[in-house]
Amino acid sequence: MTVDKKIFLTPISENNPITTQVLGICSALAVTSQLKPSIVMGLAVIAVVGFSNLITSLIRGFIPQKVRIIVEMTVVASLVIMVDQILKAYAFQMSKQLSVFVGLIITNCIVLGRIEAFSMGNPPVPSLLDGLGNGLGYAIILFIVGFFRELLGFGKILGYQVLPESLYAAGYENNGLMVLAPGAFIILALIVWLQRTISGYREE
Amino acid sequence: MKTRGRIRSMFEKGGSLERLWPLLDAAETFLFRLPARTSGGAHIRDAYDLKRMMMIVVLALFPCMAFGTYNVGYQFYASAGIAAGHLDCLIKGLWVVVPLYAVTFAVGGFWEAFFALVRGEEINEGFFVTGTLIPLVMPPTIPLWQLALAVSFGVVLGKELFGGTGMNVFNPALVSRAFLFFAYPKSISGAGVWVLKGDRMVDAVSGATPLHLGIEPVGDIVPYLSSNGFDFWRMFSGLEPGSIGETSVIAILMGAALLLVTRVASWRIMLSVFAGGAAMALLCNAFAPSPASMLALPAHYHFVMGGFAFGAVFMATDPVSAAGTNAGKFIYGFLIGVLAVLVRTLNPAYPEGMMLAILFMNLFSPLIDYMVVRLNMRRRRLRAAG
Repeated sequence: MTVDKKIFLTPISENNPITTQVLGICSALAVTSQLKPSIVMGLAVIAVVGFSNLITSLIRGFIPQKVRIIVEMTVVASLVIMVDQILKAYAFQMSKQLSVFVGLIITNCIVLGRIEAFSMGNPPVPSLLDGLGNGLGYAIILFIVGFFRELLGFGKILGYQVLPESLYAAGYENNGLMVLAPGAFIILALIVWLQRTISGYREE
Repeated sequence: MKTRGRIRSMFEKGGSLERLWPLLDAAETFLFRLPARTSGGAHIRDAYDLKRMMMIVVLALFPCMAFGTYNVGYQFYASAGIAAGHLDCLIKGLWVVVPLYAVTFAVGGFWEAFFALVRGEEINEGFFVTGTLIPLVMPPTIPLWQLALAVSFGVVLGKELFGGTGMNVFNPALVSRAFLFFAYPKSISGAGVWVLKGDRMVDAVSGATPLHLGIEPVGDIVPYLSSNGFDFWRMFSGLEPGSIGETSVIAILMGAALLLVTRVASWRIMLSVFAGGAAMALLCNAFAPSPASMLALPAHYHFVMGGFAFGAVFMATDPVSAAGTNAGKFIYGFLIGVLAVLVRTLNPAYPEGMMLAILFMNLFSPLIDYMVVRLNMRRRRLRAAG
């Protein structure tokens, strides 16, 4: 069981899909201006990557090699539509705020990447763990970026004012750069810088 | 001498204070001759080095610094309707400019030393020019904490991230300014920040820059500007609201003369920025719907308004972020001029386009150099074949 643990844990840290493999950047920039949509988006991706890995791994013996991408995409698309419908049913405001980006999970490189690289050649349980780990690795980065963008850009966390009025009275202002997409780029870059400084990882 | 050797060995590899070597190195090169000697033949033509080059740029900036300081005070007293002497203006200006410089150098120096220590490199004088430039491109009303953040952003993300002095893609001083421009737009754009305001203000004074007035001219643009007090010679002399160092073309030309005589800055870049600006302005004039439009502004007005001249002389010529080949310098400078005028005339949201134009062309300068080199190789290959 030690192997399984590693499958789940490495994508969260040293082999993180966003900071190391630099996948799924578009949505990381688009939905992270506040923490709440970042969390919902993170959960949606965890669900999609986890289950698409599990399902493709279960049926991997029956998928013809030549049409495998079509089959994989059908599985992913079904899952994304389910997530989208659930959000519309139970969290309509959030669904509207995330707009096309839930639908665009289907184009997230992490999803197809994990199916092709892992679940097509591994049994269901490790595949599920790999999917959940990668989804979580993606989600954690989204949480961090969303946290700092909302804090610095709006002075709020999850919609609650956390920076006191007295600070604003003393001349403090919210940082407009953090509200713009380049703000996400900059925070992401700083996370990558910090992580690679600590781990010593270098691009080959 | 013995003590110096003992202290030195503490900082050298294996010594107890090994990590603090850059600090000793900076202090030692400042105070003593170095014990290290070159063994082979070194090819030195004269004492020209990074330090001397940077000192010349700082000297060249001195007229802008002095005039800018005076102008801050002058604008303050003019807006309050007080008749003040030259000395009063200068003193008032010093009260504003000295704290800006103190914050800039304290914050910038901290980051320089920090990264030198972490990386175990020498502390170099790379921040000296950047630090001299930054307050000159700020409005006099900029809050000090925002300035400190902008300097940090410019030094850390604009320079150290890329590997330090000489490795940066963008001009760090302009990265600082761009950071403020997008993070705290209220502090560095609009009509209200260019003049230091006291308790009392004369109603007639708006504090808007000529570029700001140009967005929506009432009547023909040149008479409109001059009816607001901005005729050509006043803008040339620089007694107008604006960023601290950018207003006086006279002071900028003095700096430009020093930079060109000492060959520290490239005349190709300076010349072609103005050529590009003139070409674009003429093109705009040809397509201006009426004389009552920013498009109808003559080229020589563009040169004396806003940061055009300052950018052309001190920012575009930064040898690190500019194009390196001679042909590339012409292309690079020309496109800066074109883009700056283009942004000014066509985008009312950005009355000034110089900063964005230079940063944009900084990004393209490696590509320009690459193209120039490739074309040259092809030309020579054809010549050799034929």
